[in-house]
Amino acid sequence: MKNSKIFTENLYLHYGSKMALNNINLAIPEKKVTALIGPSGCGKSTYLRTLNRMNDLIDSVKIEGNISIDGINIYDKNIDVVNLRKKVGMVFQKSNPFAKSIFENVAYGPRINGISDKNQLTEIVEKALQNAAIWDEVKDRMNDSALGLSGGQQQRLCIARTLAVNPEIILMDEPASALDPISTSKIEELIVQLKENYTIVIVTHNMQQAARISDMTAFFYIGELIEYDKTKNIFTNPEKKQTEDYITGRFG
Amino acid sequence: MSLFKKKTIPDQSNGITFNKKKIRWDDFFAEKIIKGVAFLSIAIIVLIFFFVFREAIPIFTSNTLPTKVKSDSSLVSTTTPAANANQQETYGADNTTTAPKQETYGTVTKDNAPKQEQYGMQTNAEPKQEQYGVVTDDNPPKQEKKATKTEDKAPKQEQYGVQTNDEPKQEQYGVQTNDEPKQEQYGVQTAEDTANKIENKEIATENTSENKITEDNNKNALATLKSRDWQPVSDNPRYGLLPLLFGTLKVTIISMLFAAPLAIMAAIYTAIFANKRMKEIIKPAIEMLAGFPSVVIGFFALMVIASVLQSVFHYSYRLNAFVGGIAMGLAAIPVIFTIAEDALTSVPKTYYEASLALGASKWQTAFFVMLPAATPGIFAAILLGIGRVFGETMIALMATGNAALMGLNPFESVRTLAATIGAEMAEVVFGDTHYNVLFLIGSMLFIFTFALNAIAEFYVKGRLLKRIQGK
Repeated sequence: MKNSKIFTENLYLHYGSKMALNNINLAIPEKKVTALIGPSGCGKSTYLRTLNRMNDLIDSVKIEGNISIDGINIYDKNIDVVNLRKKVGMVFQKSNPFAKSIFENVAYGPRINGISDKNQLTEIVEKALQNAAIWDEVKDRMNDSALGLSGGQQQRLCIARTLAVNPEIILMDEPASALDPISTSKIEELIVQLKENYTIVIVTHNMQQAARISDMTAFFYIGELIEYDKTKNIFTNPEKKQTEDYITGRFG
Repeated sequence: MSLFKKKTIPDQSNGITFNKKKIRWDDFFAEKIIKGVAFLSIAIIVLIFFFVFREAIPIFTSNTLPTKVKSDSSLVSTTTPAANANQQETYGADNTTTAPKQETYGTVTKDNAPKQEQYGMQTNAEPKQEQYGVVTDDNPPKQEKKATKTEDKAPKQEQYGVQTNDEPKQEQYGVQTNDEPKQEQYGVQTAEDTANKIENKEIATENTSENKITEDNNKNALATLKSRDWQPVSDNPRYGLLPLLFGTLKVTIISMLFAAPLAIMAAIYTAIFANKRMKEIIKPAIEMLAGFPSVVIGFFALMVIASVLQSVFHYSYRLNAFVGGIAMGLAAIPVIFTIAEDALTSVPKTYYEASLALGASKWQTAFFVMLPAATPGIFAAILLGIGRVFGETMIALMATGNAALMGLNPFESVRTLAATIGAEMAEVVFGDTHYNVLFLIGSMLFIFTFALNAIAEFYVKGRLLKRIQGK
């Protein structure tokens, strides 16, 4: 594809002796939502975490193959992982705001990047909160603890926190799996809005969600990429039988 | 509903019935025993504090017993003739033996002088006739004795004349001795001797006079508690707690400045940076230091640290607050480390991941995310460390120099509260004022530790957390 942001070539990943990803080849388009679906333990979250090298935190992980973002191999020796993660933000399954005030949560990213001017910080925080569609709900309680927010609000705060660092790619690991339907729909709306400016890769168990919000869908099964195509094709006319079985609910 | 009813019929169930309450004795006793142990430990703490504080109470109250004194005073009058006989024999000998101790007598008579004043005040304030009686009884015998003595022994008339003249002038002794040393001191001595003899030889009066002395000492002690001198065994004892408190705080601050950063850094490294194998080595190793006998650390400080630090800093007193602080810091490090490490480890892993995913470096994550999140635990760790240092006796005794000074210089010797108890408990007279003051120090240590915990509970959990983590 021409406008691909992330290229994955012949990616193998092992946890100790156990193979978690087996020869993954995937090209993720820029400023689109790409959904990764598949049953639990199929390697989709593992794949997502290879994209900003979060798997480095686990001692036993061995990775072979290439992942390149904008043509640069992110597993090169000279890569600065800290700056890579600034470019590739991540939203986790469980909302994890820091035990700080709402303002400090969002301001944390810019602050560690060296921005200390109060006005500039306030501006960035406000913009990030507005982009994450949570500004109206928290603008009067910026100094309250972020832990006092509801689950959905916390998750949107985490998205705002990611946006404040101004990444190009946002990885989302089941961002709505622990939320109620109303919060989920808010997050989904947000994701659709965000794809105008960001490349989004989202892992989800909810196939309706994948169908609603994503442009491309990849189906993983036991560490292998079974099928990868436009979402419309996957959900209406899958090529492989395994994909069809999974999306129709016959297994998984 | 019909289905529910059917199920409760015993016949159809598998023998388990729940329609009758069954007492489970094992549960019952386990609960009671655990509860008992918990309350017992609280009770023991309260009891210890109560006991310690009770021993310190006499400083604040005078403890003369009116009924006892009454009988004593009657004895005084009856036994005086016999005492006089004894006095006469030892009188001359006492003069010669006690002659060299001029200075001490001067001070003692000074002590006696306020005594009489106080009694006078007491009688003015509360008309306790019995107590007043003691005082007057005590003084008249002397005069009686003198009267008899003057009759018996003509040659010593001069002395007695001095004595009787001196009696009312007791307050002026200090001045007088300066003017005419020999005569006046002699007079003082004789006055003292008579007093001593009454105390020593008449058992009945001994009680009353001792009561007076302890009461007196207590009052003097209470007045000197706020002074800057800790001289409990001088003839004019001063029990100034300020230098002890100051010394303790000084050592505590020095040791915390040394131990807290080290221990917290070690905890951060172990909890966040170290890999699993490293962690398995570091953690038990540092924790083993906690089981180190403090006497060994004290000995090490006394022999090694003091010399090494002296060769580095070139201070004049080999044992001082700095050496003591470093040595106690060594004892406090494992305490702080263990609690801080636990606190850091219990911070959710998601915080760490979230921070890294935002592009923070490991150190930024450790300092700006993990450390604030672990603040309550870290604070508790530091407070525990302070508690350890505050109550540390052996190291303080061996390494701080034990001089009750109040300078700001960290290289000056200090005497801590705990070391004072440790050093002086063996030589103190049971029931003495000094003894009471030591117990007062004990209860001070108690109260301070209690206050520390209270601060931890209310300040940290209330305000500090809100400021760091938002409202």
